[in-house]
Amino acid sequence: MENMLTFLPGILSGLQMTLGVFFITIIGSIPLGILASLGMKSPYFTIRWLVNGYIWIMRGTPLLLQLIFIYYGLAMVGVPFTRFESAAFAFIINYGAYLAEIFRGGLQSIPQGQFDAAKVLGFSKSQTFFKIILPQVIKIVVPAFGNEVVNLVKDTSLIYVIGLGDILRAGQIAASRDVTLVPYLIVGVLYLLMTAIVTIILRRSEKRLNVWR
Amino acid sequence: MIEIKDLSKQYGDKVIFKDLSMTLKDGEILAILGPSGIGKTTLIKTLTGLEEAQSGQVVMNGKEYDVSDPAMTSQIGLIFQDFNLFPHLTVRENINLAPINVKKVSRAEADKKTDDLLAKLGLTEQANLYPYQLSGGQKQRVGIARALAMDPQVIAYDEPTSGLDEKATEQVIDIMLSLKKEGVSQLVVTHDLPFADKVADETFDFEKEVQK
Repeated sequence: MENMLTFLPGILSGLQMTLGVFFITIIGSIPLGILASLGMKSPYFTIRWLVNGYIWIMRGTPLLLQLIFIYYGLAMVGVPFTRFESAAFAFIINYGAYLAEIFRGGLQSIPQGQFDAAKVLGFSKSQTFFKIILPQVIKIVVPAFGNEVVNLVKDTSLIYVIGLGDILRAGQIAASRDVTLVPYLIVGVLYLLMTAIVTIILRRSEKRLNVWR
Repeated sequence: MIEIKDLSKQYGDKVIFKDLSMTLKDGEILAILGPSGIGKTTLIKTLTGLEEAQSGQVVMNGKEYDVSDPAMTSQIGLIFQDFNLFPHLTVRENINLAPINVKKVSRAEADKKTDDLLAKLGLTEQANLYPYQLSGGQKQRVGIARALAMDPQVIAYDEPTSGLDEKATEQVIDIMLSLKKEGVSQLVVTHDLPFADKVADETFDFEKEVQK
């Protein structure tokens, strides 16, 4: 027990990094995903082509590789991102692509009659989207979105590859210093706690959205 | 008076209707009759701006409009066959949303009008329910209230009795006749002849006219 407490401060400082990447990705990737899902339905071929290409690259290559390219690659061509900025950028564009596919599915399941009703009543395109379509899409996508959020909690551990210190890295350092598995155990419990919190929040929002069908 | 002149619509080579003309007098109910799949719904979609027509004019309040002019189509309210209520909004919100956001009416004013409409259509108790909690007849009345809230010149119904039981059909008839008393002009597309007999002042035989 005493042993465990000596590891905690180091690991908790890693927690700040993990949560930082987590929240910034959530905040950035949702609007990006919505925009990209609309881009896939654009009447302009060029926009559809660009968005589909973006999604193909993001989903078709490992996030780990994307992190490396964005941090080291962009520095080579003279775009100096800090490590954290690189991580945030990579995670946002990666998760934006996955969310775009989820939102597209949600958008497709809204019946044409909803768009017709909105048009007959005189709503503008943006009013139709924000007041009538988006609230219905959100309800449809919450379960799939929740899956991505749980994945994100664990994916944040990939940032070690560009030298950022998250909880897994802090655990690793402590484990090799003291030759013990205890720090890894603590890290595992922390991940479980984080995914449990995320799961509870998502279940609650699903429940709240169930007042209408 | 609303006069529809020389309305033509085709999909590719397929002519749905050609040079269709009809007149709806103020405060009257015009029933457009004909079997399913003949293009009645297309006609009503054209008049409400959901479909574009190749040609045609509509004279409304002495002003002539092109048939796809939004200034004209926005004055025609539509009650959809399957209602198309907004499932995420309560009855009150379904009715209020367009007046507040499109007409920019204040919330208080919109609420007052909605209360009146709810009372008139016997929906006061359902004000805070969601569409999935309503019966077919109630959903239809919400659809009617939602259209009336925008003060249209004409109310158009697409097959209003399909999917309703006898009692709900009676209620639709009562509502249409009481709106008529208030001077609302109504256009109804239907293949339900007994229903048309009870409400219509004039009828328009779509099949006969369209084959001319």
